[in-house]
Amino acid sequence: MKWLRSNGGAIIVLLFLLGLWEIIVKITGTPAWLLPAPSQIFSEGFKVIPSFSTDILATTKLAILGLVIGSAAGFIIAVILHILPIVQKMTYPLLILSQNIPIIVLAPLLIIWFGFGLLPKLIVIALVCFFPIVVAALDGFKNTAPELKYYMQMAGASKTQMFWKLELPYALPSLFSGLKISATYSVMGAVISEWLGAKQGIGVYMTLSQASFRTDHVFVAIFTIMLLSVLLFGLIQAFEKLFIKGKIER
Amino acid sequence: MLLNIEHVKKSFAETEVLRDISLHVEEGEFVALLGPSGSGKSTIFNLIGGIMEPDDGAITLNHKVIHGKRGLIGYMPQQPSLFPWRTVLENIVLVQELTGKPNRQEAKEWLEKVGLQEFENAYPIELSGGMKQRVAFIRAMLSKQNLLCLDEPFSALDEFTRISMQKWLLSVWETNRKSILFVTHSIEEALFLADRIYILTKRPTMVKEEVIVPFARPRDESLLNTEPFFHLKQKIFKQLKDELGEGL
Ligand SMILES: Nc1ncnc2c1ncn2[C@@H]1O[C@H](COP(=O)(O)OP(=O)(O)OP(=O)(O)O)[C@@H](O)[C@H]1O
Ligand SMILES: [Mg+2]
Repeated sequence: MKWLRSNGGAIIVLLFLLGLWEIIVKITGTPAWLLPAPSQIFSEGFKVIPSFSTDILATTKLAILGLVIGSAAGFIIAVILHILPIVQKMTYPLLILSQNIPIIVLAPLLIIWFGFGLLPKLIVIALVCFFPIVVAALDGFKNTAPELKYYMQMAGASKTQMFWKLELPYALPSLFSGLKISATYSVMGAVISEWLGAKQGIGVYMTLSQASFRTDHVFVAIFTIMLLSVLLFGLIQAFEKLFIKGKIER
Repeated sequence: MLLNIEHVKKSFAETEVLRDISLHVEEGEFVALLGPSGSGKSTIFNLIGGIMEPDDGAITLNHKVIHGKRGLIGYMPQQPSLFPWRTVLENIVLVQELTGKPNRQEAKEWLEKVGLQEFENAYPIELSGGMKQRVAFIRAMLSKQNLLCLDEPFSALDEFTRISMQKWLLSVWETNRKSILFVTHSIEEALFLADRIYILTKRPTMVKEEVIVPFARPRDESLLNTEPFFHLKQKIFKQLKDELGEGL
C-alpha cells in the first residue's frame, strides 16, 4: 500500500504514455516493423517468455556479477584515495577520463585482448559501475560532519577507528546513492557486453531480433532491460533500508 | 594536583591567542573558565586534548606531560555530537570501544541512574536538545577519565532547559565527583556550578583573576536569588566589563 502511494504517480504517468503511444500507432496505422503498439509488445512478450527467460537469466547474472565486482573495485579505490590524498590528487582526473572512453569502442578491443570469455564482459560492466561508487564514497567520506570528527579526535580515536566508526557509517547513505546509479547502469553494461558476442542474453536476443526486423521483439528486450534496472534499483533500496539506521540529520 | 597548566603560550600564524595561561584543577574539583568570545577557551581544550601542542609552557595530567597525547580526558562539546546511526546506549559506550571492550551493563546502569533508561534504544534524532546533552555528558563520564572537559555544553539550549540541565549536572556530579573543567560565557552559570572560576582576558589571553566561589554544596536554584550570589555576580561582571572596555 505504502509502495503504491509513493509510486502511484509515476505509474499513472507511465500508463498514460503507453496509452498515448497505443492511440497514435492505431490512428496513424504505423506498421509493426516500424513501431509496434505497446499492446502488441506485451502480448509478444508473454509469447516469447518461455524461450526468452534463459536470456533474461543470463543477463541478470552477468549484470549482478559485474555490479558486485565494479562496486567492490569502486569502494576499494575510494578508500585508497581517501586514505592517500596525494594519490587522489594525482589519479582523480584519470578516473574521470576513464569515463570518457566510449564503451562501444573499447569493447571490441577488450575482446581482442581477453578473448570471448566472461572476463571482457565483466570488465565492461565493472567499468560503467565503479565510477558512481568512487564519487559517492569519496564525497561521503569528505563530508563527514566536522564536529563528529573533532569529537573522535578528542576522544583519542586512531585513523582506523575514525574510518570504521565514523567516516564509513557516515558515508553509507551517499554510498547507497552511488550504488543505485551503478545498479541501473549495470544492466545496460551487461547488454552492451553481450553485443560483443555471447551465446545467450538479452543483448544477443536484441541483435538477432534486429537482424530479422522483429521490431516488436527489440522492444520486448528494451522493456525487459528497463524492468531489470528498476528491480535492481529496488533491491539496492531494500538493502539501504536494512543497513541505514537512525537517519542522519544534515 | 590533577591537571596543571603552566605558562602556556599558543599562536596561530599572525594571531597570538594564548599569551600566558597558568591554571590547575584539583582532584574532585569543579573549575570554570570564563572569558570573552575568541579569547581561546576552546584552544585551551585543544591543547589539553592533545589536538594541538603548546608553543611554550607545560601541561601535565597526574604530573605527566601530555602534550599531543589524545584520549586522556573525557570531553563534552557544545554540540552534542552524537552519532545518528547509533542508539543512545551505543553512543555512550563509543569511547570505551576505542580502548577496549565496552561495558554495556555499566552503561545501562548509568542510564537508569539518570532517568534515561527508556531511551536506551532510541536514536539521537528522537531526543530533545536537553536529552542529547545528557547523553553526551554520560558518554564523557563513561570514558573512564578522571578529568572531564566541558566546552560551553549548555549554551545552545533555551533558558529553561539550561537551568534544569545545570541542576541535573550538579546532581550527577555530586554522586561521583570527577574533576571538571567547564568553559562558559555565563557568569551566573560559572557561579552556580563551580568551586573556582578563572576569568580570562581578551586576546592575547592571560588569566585575569581567580575567583573562589564560597557557596556551600549541594546547591539549588534558590542560591541564584541570594544577596552574596548577586554581589559576586556584579563584581565579576564589572571585571569582564573593564576587560572589554567600552565595547560591552
Ligand atoms: N586552528 C586554528 N587556526 C587558526 N586560528 C585559530 C585556530 N583555532 C582557533 N583560532 C583562533 O584563535 C582564537 C581563539 O579561538 P577559540 O575558539 O579558542 O576561542 P573561544 O574562547 O573558544 O571562543 P568562543 O567563546 O567563541 O567559543 C580565534 O581568534 C580563532 O580565530
Ligand atoms: Mg569555544
